[in-house]
Amino acid sequence: MEIASYVFLIIGGLFFLLGGLGVLRMPDTFNRIQAGTKATTLGAFSTMIGVGFAAAASGNWDWISKVIIIIIFIVISNPVGSSAIAKATYNSKNIPDNLVQDDLKSRGESK
Amino acid sequence: MKYVTTFIALLLVYLLLAGFVWSEVILGSIVSVVLTMILVKRLNFKIDAKFPIKLLKFLFVYIPVFVWKLILANIDVARRVLSPKIPLNPGIVKVKTELKGDLGKLTLANSITLTPGTLSIDVEDDYIFVHAIDVKGKTEVENQANISGPFEKILGGIFE
Amino acid sequence: MEWLNYVVFSLMGLGILFTVIRFVLGPKLSDRVVSLDTFNMIVIGVIAILALVFESSLYLDIAIVYAVLAFLETVVFARYLEGKDNGNS
Repeated sequence: MEIASYVFLIIGGLFFLLGGLGVLRMPDTFNRIQAGTKATTLGAFSTMIGVGFAAAASGNWDWISKVIIIIIFIVISNPVGSSAIAKATYNSKNIPDNLVQDDLKSRGESK
Repeated sequence: MKYVTTFIALLLVYLLLAGFVWSEVILGSIVSVVLTMILVKRLNFKIDAKFPIKLLKFLFVYIPVFVWKLILANIDVARRVLSPKIPLNPGIVKVKTELKGDLGKLTLANSITLTPGTLSIDVEDDYIFVHAIDVKGKTEVENQANISGPFEKILGGIFE
Repeated sequence: MEWLNYVVFSLMGLGILFTVIRFVLGPKLSDRVVSLDTFNMIVIGVIAILALVFESSLYLDIAIVYAVLAFLETVVFARYLEGKDNGNS
């Protein structure tokens, strides 16, 4: 039980590290949003599962409900937040010039 | 029916946060009744006899696929971050969805964001605008099959 | 097994360091908002592990409230960003 919890915690830490590295190394804003969101969502997911295992191993069963609530909230809110940033980035005319196709542009003209 | 559902959902969240003690159950019921009276006119959802089947489908069909896709997405991100030589071919494409209702669209957009190489930017009527790192298909239909195909099929059975 | 906590903490600390570097470098305002979002998520993980180290479930409540506030912060910054014209600096 304890070993499983540490495995999940280390996987979570690795994905958090990967998220930070992705935010640092990706070339433009949209790619940074993608790397940051995906890696930190799985990182938080895995870390919370690890905390839940460790709590179950030491007999604190009432931690598990809070852990479940944090997981549900993060999995719902993190993509919504990143989508809001992406939309704001697009609307503030801060568009990288390497896009091969841009369907959002035609939407603005038709309105 | 709507009153009962709202009440049970609120009470469940309260008990998950506070722990299962009898005094908390009583206090939580009072708070939930008051909140139900306030909230129920502004909520807009329908509930019918098929709800338990849909919930089971959601838990045992959608969530495993979702977690599997999330792990695949992270392996993809790791590959891209650790070796930046992989060619990028980014673009914003338009994906049509069959789902009606806000909850279905929210779930589909979240799923698209957490699958490999895609990020949903905006939702308008029946279209979701998706930023893809690597645009493969030439036409709209190919893109739709690539990006939202598997989730569309599963969620179509759950959210009508 | 206690020493593994230090490994996890150092991994997360390196992640936080990278996001802070991006926050300082970031050529555009939107890059800074992205790095702030990632930073908040990593801090939630750190708080959850602090709950394990100190064996107190109060830290999990702090993590819940921090998650709610981080989401609000992201959305508010996104609204602010939308009003700006060219996202410079």
